[in-house]
Amino acid sequence: MSDNPTFNQIEEEIKENQVVLFMKGTPMFPQCGFSAAVTQALTNLSVKFKGIDVLQDPALRDGIKEFSDWPTVPQLYVKGEFVGGCDIIREMYENGELQDMLKEKDVEFAG
Amino acid sequence: MAMDASEIEQMIKAALPDAQVSIEDLKGDGDHYAASVVSKEFIGKNRVKQHQMVYNALQGKMGNQLHALALQTNTPDDA
Repeated sequence: MSDNPTFNQIEEEIKENQVVLFMKGTPMFPQCGFSAAVTQALTNLSVKFKGIDVLQDPALRDGIKEFSDWPTVPQLYVKGEFVGGCDIIREMYENGELQDMLKEKDVEFAG
Repeated sequence: MAMDASEIEQMIKAALPDAQVSIEDLKGDGDHYAASVVSKEFIGKNRVKQHQMVYNALQGKMGNQLHALALQTNTPDDA
């Protein structure tokens, strides 16, 4: 555990949930095109995921960038591991790597 | 606040001198770019790490002055 409560909160979320998307807006109402694109890819694969809206919490919005050493949102975590942002997820979805990774990590999906 | 494509290219090349960088201004507004970066420094590193190296080269501008930079990284062998 770290001394940073935001880091602890992030660690908790990615431990408790198999697939977590830190995003702007919600899966139903993404507030940014990049978050919408990743939501769409996960939805197409029927992956169950928890969307966490960083716009609701300024500490989380900054904290997640520091936590992952990644300057932008969205950010996808699968089984506690940072997979990437919008460009990486889109590329992985298009070439089938995302599907392979989900299979390898034993995450349920369709398609 | 927007950034020039040439400024982005210079910053990437300062950190990755061998890099072949091509940048496209997607909307012509100086704020939405796509960049392809090819460098031998990427060899043996996964894509997350490769992108982090480019973001580090941009010294905090990504996500701030630079709103959108769609990034594709490759090693010379893949390119």
